[in-house]
Amino acid sequence: MKQSKSSVSPKAELDALDAEGLAPQETPWEEFLRIFTKDYQALFGFWVLVMLLLVALAGKAFTEWWVVFDPEVVRLTDKFLPPFSVPSPDSIPADRPFGGVYLMGTDELGRDVFARMFQGSFVSLSIGFVAVGISLGIGILLGGLSGFYGHVKLWFITVDTLIMRFTDAMMCFPTFFLILTAVALLPPSIYTIMIIIGLFSWMGTARFVRAEFLSIREQDFVTAAKALGIPEGRIIFRHMVPNALAPVFVSATIGVASAILTESGLSFLGFGVPPPYATWGNILSDGKGFVFDAPWLFFIPGLAIFLVVLAFNLVGEGLREALNPKLRSR
Amino acid sequence: MAKAGIHARFLGDAVTRRFTGNKAIMWNFIIRNIAQRLVLLVIVSFLAHSFIHLAPGEPSEVDPMNPRMKPEDIAKIRAAFHLDDPLHVQYAYWIRDLATGELKSFKDSQPVLPKIWDRFLNSLPLFILATILVWTWAFPAGIYGAVHRGGVYDRFTVFLSYALISVPGFFLSFLAILWVVGWLGVPVISIKTFGMEHAQPAYRIMDRVWHLVIPSIMSAVGGIAILSRYVRSQMLEVLGQDYVRTARAKGLQEDTVIYGHALGNALLPFVTMFGLLLPGLIGGAVIFEQIFAWPGLGRLAYEAILSRDFPIIMTLNFIAAVLTLFGTLLSDILYAVVDPRIRLN
Repeated sequence: MKQSKSSVSPKAELDALDAEGLAPQETPWEEFLRIFTKDYQALFGFWVLVMLLLVALAGKAFTEWWVVFDPEVVRLTDKFLPPFSVPSPDSIPADRPFGGVYLMGTDELGRDVFARMFQGSFVSLSIGFVAVGISLGIGILLGGLSGFYGHVKLWFITVDTLIMRFTDAMMCFPTFFLILTAVALLPPSIYTIMIIIGLFSWMGTARFVRAEFLSIREQDFVTAAKALGIPEGRIIFRHMVPNALAPVFVSATIGVASAILTESGLSFLGFGVPPPYATWGNILSDGKGFVFDAPWLFFIPGLAIFLVVLAFNLVGEGLREALNPKLRSR
Repeated sequence: MAKAGIHARFLGDAVTRRFTGNKAIMWNFIIRNIAQRLVLLVIVSFLAHSFIHLAPGEPSEVDPMNPRMKPEDIAKIRAAFHLDDPLHVQYAYWIRDLATGELKSFKDSQPVLPKIWDRFLNSLPLFILATILVWTWAFPAGIYGAVHRGGVYDRFTVFLSYALISVPGFFLSFLAILWVVGWLGVPVISIKTFGMEHAQPAYRIMDRVWHLVIPSIMSAVGGIAILSRYVRSQMLEVLGQDYVRTARAKGLQEDTVIYGHALGNALLPFVTMFGLLLPGLIGGAVIFEQIFAWPGLGRLAYEAILSRDFPIIMTLNFIAAVLTLFGTLLSDILYAVVDPRIRLN
């Protein structure tokens, strides 16, 4: 077996080890599943997120591709109708909502809140995902460079010093204030908001990817890979990055949650996504003026944001528990 | 009480040992730290300046539709604010004016530093009370949860802290305003009730205090939730260490094990969090001061952003960064003093 290791499939190898009683009891993936499925809070969050993903895709489909629910129809006869009310008799028949009932009521212009929330689910979620994608990209790149090529000298300072001092300087600024400033100074658009949130929240990722790389670089399997003469790029992307990804997943999950919260905060201050798009943040901030007259305009988006952000946070913490060997034993 | 005494004495010993034993190393460490922070300070000032100036949108364009703004007026404004000079020259002007205190607001030509100072004094009670709330509530909550891991209290507080992190701050604040004003009749908006200037001093003071309560609780809530979770996991990590098992194995009282042996080590890392919580407080102030109409730094920042008042935006960003740098410097030094294991070189 020893001589012909490369020709033996992993399965056969495991079986052979199993015969000697040496095989690991469970693969890392099985171990992860075992811990994660025992964590009821994380499971709850996970199913909420699966539902949300389906709702968001359906929202994109039914409000933009086949317009079943039209979020932009203004019906001045049907202003401020509470949830589950039917359109008034003098409303225009063509403008009546699908199913003949306003599931979540109507707002100050008679727009269907359900349709707006439906459309907003996709927009809010995509803001979260794009922002986190950008911040992870920058964070992994800078953290990885600093962790792997940190000792390389550029003129008089090392790459590590250069990158980490820049990261430290960025961390000194109050993030929300910076994002607010940038969003306010740039022309308002949904893409500006996604990009700016991503550009100003990569610092944590960069720091722990660097720490992760520094510790992985010293481990035996990397030394072994180097001794085998494997090219550097392959060592980094095939051997090191997969091992550094666990904390990245955790911070990505929590990052989506905080991006959605940041977007709603920006909307509250009047710098949110501009009108043609509905997001949960701007539905909530439009609704805050009608807390007494039309509480559903305030509570429905508020509770929706709360539930989704909570789900992301619970899943993130569940991932952290399941992926972190230090916490497992207890 | 006695246990707290033991703990304090242990820390006190460490401090004296640190200072009497390795004075030269200690000073070396402090000076090197300050030098590093000074380098960072320069980078921070570059960044603060370039963020603002590289973004499109200029103070001279705040009112583009105004027919009385002639091109020559705009040119005059741009010349007065040095907006036509290259970036590095503008940077030099900014630093020079900041250092001499000559820096003027674009909006009303008032000196920037006194303006910021006034607003800072308004924000200060809010910062202080919120910080006190965070640090006094987060530790007992987290420690109790860790010690009674898996109990009803622990599961409840863990879930509650997730919930408090997940709720948009202004949503919660609105609920609090509705509830407090509706049921308790406590004033919450702005820093004091208008027209109370001639009331008895006792009434005026109580009025100020009542106005302070809800905003500071609301700005502290997120911090309590985050910090108590850190405290809990830190405490859990320490409780799983071998020396805690040893302490139990030699038959010590459970209280002595937890408060005498584990607690001190679990709390050490939080010395460093003093500095790191600061930017959050200042950044969060923008939203909370807007909700509660509190005339503090956050509102000043918001107004400055609306009117493209570059000197104020830059200076506020810069001051926030300087405060953070100072906070981290302080906590690094404190950490080196209280933790005998840390290597100074």
